[in-house]
Amino acid sequence: MKEISLNILDVAKNSVKAGATLTEITLNETEETLTLIIKDDGCGMNEEKVRNVCDPFYTTRTTRKVGLGIPLLKLSAEQTGGSFEIKSKAQEEHPQDHGTVVTAVFYKNHIDFTPLGDVVFSIVTLIQGDPDTDFLYTHNLPQGTVKLDTRELRAQLGDIPLCEYEIIMWITEYLKEQYAELKK
Amino acid sequence: MKSLAELQAIKEKMQNKVALREGSGEMRVVVGMATCGIAAGARPVLSAFVEEVANNDLSGKVTVSQTGCIGICQFEPVVEVFEADKEKVTYVKMTPEKAKRVVEEHIKGGKVVAEYTFASENA
Repeated sequence: MKEISLNILDVAKNSVKAGATLTEITLNETEETLTLIIKDDGCGMNEEKVRNVCDPFYTTRTTRKVGLGIPLLKLSAEQTGGSFEIKSKAQEEHPQDHGTVVTAVFYKNHIDFTPLGDVVFSIVTLIQGDPDTDFLYTHNLPQGTVKLDTRELRAQLGDIPLCEYEIIMWITEYLKEQYAELKK
Repeated sequence: MKSLAELQAIKEKMQNKVALREGSGEMRVVVGMATCGIAAGARPVLSAFVEEVANNDLSGKVTVSQTGCIGICQFEPVVEVFEADKEKVTYVKMTPEKAKRVVEEHIKGGKVVAEYTFASENA
């Protein structure tokens, strides 16, 4: 993956596939580090499955939904001297409180740090692909915060699907404006 | 600065349009967006289709959606076009430029861009 934003797009799709109603994507950025947290309320995984998702050869056709995405994200974090962690609670064992949290820490000044890239493009692509589930995107930078909550958009839009072109374009501009404000 | 309140205006403008369109969707463009597709450049390909369909006012007729791994990862980005009563067309090694041409010639014009298809790649 050429950009971390592509890993985000790829791995957040696992949350949607796990039946999440809300997927929270958080980026916490300091001068030195970038921490990515993807948290969902999907069906979760049992302990054995969590242990296996980082193994690229674990996936068989029946468990294809995991695949190479997680190993690639883990690699891109660890190659910067950072860390990777995945925690999950399976729905069968935790019917009230289930889901998965993926955390990856990147060291930005490391030579093998892949740039974050066009994260707005990835968030918009996620919404276009699954307009019926909700996303909460928060990017905390030293100079301020960029935020998008699709539940707030839905409250305004009623039954107009979020994947409509006009809405997609509006979301793109909304996020880009927030980033532009921080650069001032 | 954009505010959430603006969405109310967009909503009112769109309500009629969306109602009109319901139940149509004669054509489906499906972009492979699994790890393999994303790594090979599917993100801008998808967005090119979304943009071209909207700009050519084809939203009533065509839906653009995403899917997982289609199984031919070495040919990603892969795009499938489904149309009622017609055989599925599989485009391979797509780019945003190729997407533009597919919308123009195939989606609008009804003529498959043979040179971009899986069949021609394998010939």
